[in-house]
Amino acid sequence: MITLKLDGREVQAKKGQTILEVALENGIRIPTLCYLEGLSPKGTCRLCLVEIVNQNGKLVPACVTPAEEGLEVVTHSDRLAQIRRTIVEMLFLERNHICAFCVSNGHCELQDLAVELGMDHVTLPYRYPGLAMDLSHGGFGLDHNRCVVCGRCVRACSEVEGAFTWGFAGRGIDTMVATDLGTPWGLSETCTSCGKCVQACPTGALFEKGMATAAQIKSPEIIREVTERRPRVF
Amino acid sequence: MSSKVRVATMWFSGCSGCHMSFLDLDERLIEFAELAELVYSPIVDPKEIPDGIDVALIEGTVNTTEQLEHLREIREKAKIVVAFGDCAITGNVPSMRNPSPRDEVLRTVYGRGDIPGLRAGDVPALLPRARPLQEHVKVDYYIPGCPPDADRIWKFIVTLIKEGKPRLEGEEIRFG
Repeated sequence: MITLKLDGREVQAKKGQTILEVALENGIRIPTLCYLEGLSPKGTCRLCLVEIVNQNGKLVPACVTPAEEGLEVVTHSDRLAQIRRTIVEMLFLERNHICAFCVSNGHCELQDLAVELGMDHVTLPYRYPGLAMDLSHGGFGLDHNRCVVCGRCVRACSEVEGAFTWGFAGRGIDTMVATDLGTPWGLSETCTSCGKCVQACPTGALFEKGMATAAQIKSPEIIREVTERRPRVF
Repeated sequence: MSSKVRVATMWFSGCSGCHMSFLDLDERLIEFAELAELVYSPIVDPKEIPDGIDVALIEGTVNTTEQLEHLREIREKAKIVVAFGDCAITGNVPSMRNPSPRDEVLRTVYGRGDIPGLRAGDVPALLPRARPLQEHVKVDYYIPGCPPDADRIWKFIVTLIKEGKPRLEGEEIRFG
């Protein structure tokens, strides 16, 4: 066993556990977005950043940082609150998130994060990019306007379903999720229409067709349930 | 009368739902009338923005040249400016036109020729983009929601008038 400190409290961890897993076990909530239980953690959204006190306050993503003997971790501070709020602000202004008529209104992890982090407005200018939708699939739709590029669909598709339909196209702020290297979703030869990507998606970017405003309630926990019964190969 | 707080409300590009939600205060409107005087609003008579406003609640996003002038005027005349509802804070539904060029939007709706909205005349010009209040002026407080429900609005107003420094939190700041 490893002993480390979380917010001043000594806690025990097993070797190989991440700081986020140890925090969850000890009832400490750290905000996350790209993390989803059952998928490999990637540490890309940066919402789970924590401070390592005995490494000069270094910021590390809790979801991919292993718990180590003697670490002193701070999971909540004014500095972290400011960083996390700014991240959520940038996620909101980067694309066109219009909660009022989104299928996921009221059931959206991005919206929940704004509530949790006290974000009542954004302090930077909105970008309002012109982005398309892909409604070529018979059962599901993709709206890039609502996508936060967390990659949960990409990982659910490759790691759990094994279909490798979803991937990323483009670089930096222009990165988009894409099916079959840019083929319209409805023409994809690899998609099994299993719907795991839709359930894993934290916002209304992926949705079941025919859903009205606020009607899309997702079950991202099915990813964990499936991987418990049928462990991931990689 | 002079002890009452002078409140103004404005309605820019939005559906008026925030004002409807304000009217949903129902019997609390009587208490509101005891605490405050509504000196300028779509629901009262005055046509000019008066001086000496204590609190201005502004619904809607800034979409036209006229709205931008009114916003700047009320910012000068009001001690406290409040972004009232999602359109004022995020752009919300009126901002859906933003990814398209302004002229293309106008031409699609009104066709060819000298159509309204291209330049300021009898009808104000449409701004290049519909943008929220805080991108134009200093905003002191935000009341999110589409629309914010009456309880949210009431908590904000009562706290502001009776104690100052209102603070909405948790579900009270949820967008949508």
